[in-house]
Amino acid sequence: MIKIKNLTKRFGDFVAVNDLSFDINPGEVVGFLGPNGAGKSTTMKMLTGFLAASSGSISINGLNIKEDALTIKQGLGYLPEGAPAYGDMTVLQFLSFIADVRGLTGRKKQARIARVIKSVELASVLDKSIENLSKGFKRRVGLAQAIIHDPKVLILDEPTDGLDPNQKHHVRELIKNLAKDKIVIISTHILEEVTAVCNRALIIANGTKIFDGTPQQLQEKSSYHHAVTIELTQEVENGDELKSLPHVTSVVDGKNKITVLPTSGQNIFASVYDKVQALGWQFDAIYSEQGRLDDIFRELTTASTNAADA
Amino acid sequence: MNQLSMISILTKREFMSFFATPIAYVFIAIFLIMSGIMTFNLGSLFERGQADLLPFFNFHPWLYLFLVPAFAMRSWSEERRSGSIELLMTLPITALQAMVAKFVSAWLVLGLALVFTFPLWATINFLGQPDNGVILAAYIGSWLMAGAFLAIGICMSALSKSQVVAFILSVSISFLFVLSGTEAVINSFKGVLPTGAIDVIASLSFIQHFDSIAKGVIALNDVGYFLLVIVSWLTAGLVIIEDKKAS
Repeated sequence: MIKIKNLTKRFGDFVAVNDLSFDINPGEVVGFLGPNGAGKSTTMKMLTGFLAASSGSISINGLNIKEDALTIKQGLGYLPEGAPAYGDMTVLQFLSFIADVRGLTGRKKQARIARVIKSVELASVLDKSIENLSKGFKRRVGLAQAIIHDPKVLILDEPTDGLDPNQKHHVRELIKNLAKDKIVIISTHILEEVTAVCNRALIIANGTKIFDGTPQQLQEKSSYHHAVTIELTQEVENGDELKSLPHVTSVVDGKNKITVLPTSGQNIFASVYDKVQALGWQFDAIYSEQGRLDDIFRELTTASTNAADA
Repeated sequence: MNQLSMISILTKREFMSFFATPIAYVFIAIFLIMSGIMTFNLGSLFERGQADLLPFFNFHPWLYLFLVPAFAMRSWSEERRSGSIELLMTLPITALQAMVAKFVSAWLVLGLALVFTFPLWATINFLGQPDNGVILAAYIGSWLMAGAFLAIGICMSALSKSQVVAFILSVSISFLFVLSGTEAVINSFKGVLPTGAIDVIASLSFIQHFDSIAKGVIALNDVGYFLLVIVSWLTAGLVIIEDKKAS
């Protein structure tokens, strides 16, 4: 497991990570969220031993990153931001080099290389130089490199950045299948990714933790959680009739679309449905929303930024 | 895995990378062409009528002065510019292993360039009876000196993300080491500095140590000098790269 205590990183006067503390247990897939410059990458760099912390401690499986960096690195897979690699090497040469460094030899090495090539679908580009690959392929080479030794701890900095929707889906499936007894930390600013692959969401802004919980809990923080949206066939005057229903806080009017927001934790679907029926409105669809992550993300992070500016 | 096998894996990668890009070929080709021109045109190898390779070796410090920094400037600068240093340093290796690998791989290429000058040696042996022991010593001396230039170049490459800056810095520093042994420098200090200080300056000279090896005497102090220069600059580079890797 990973234990992070009072982790702080300063670059001159700038505090990139400020007194961050959390634990991560095996089996957890943590979505590391935050606006650009929030300190996500810096935290990951410290976790992998690339950057030294200004203060605070990191321990991974009982080992301290300061004293046992080499042992920790052996059990760690890391995809750095932008998936850097050695451009002049071919994909196969590169993977073979990484396998060598990871101490894989003989049949085991061949088997592992074959497996990652299959799982990230690199077969078609094996003999191409990495510098000539598309962004998506480069990212996948970086991913292959990170998982080749089947690490217990996997740290991926924006693993789906630059991938098309099919590739994104594929990578997410890959991560989900990996993560039975491992620790996986993914940084992203794509919120849907968190609900798709993670079982824990951690939001940081300005270097401090502002949310730590399940993606479900994150959605529940949204004012749109359990909100009911009605897509109307014809435009109606306004949705004021719905405002008078119990547990309704507000009604958002759009063109042919009305969204009814409940007070926190209340389920208003049935009453809204009945009311719409009673009013005799024609509608194409009526559904309960999960919560809008973009909104809650913006709410949480801008509140923190404003507080920091003040 | 032990230190040595890790270093050899890393060295192999670096070595291959010199040949995956035109760098090694260009370096070796330019080295051979330039040394040929200097040996025959400036050094008048034939006209001298002596069976030795002194005109060839005499120009090596000046050849290395520009070629080796150009060859070495990429080693760390490129890693930092492309970000691959983050990959490298988060693999289960130490910075020392990476540094040694970078040096050894590049030094091997420099050695290869020297090996490819063998037609010159064959020619001299065909035309006369040179002292091959002296020639071998001079080759070893030249390789050691190339290593010293290389260590300076790698250290400067660790200092800057920009290869151009690394090149200029390492040429400048190397120039000081070459120059400190020339008569012009020694003479200009005569009378100004005490003899002891002049001796120290002269003893830092690449040329002086190289010349004495090239005469056929592989003395411990000359070899030791080059090894010391190599280790010192690589150690400095190591400190720099540990400090600057993430910036």
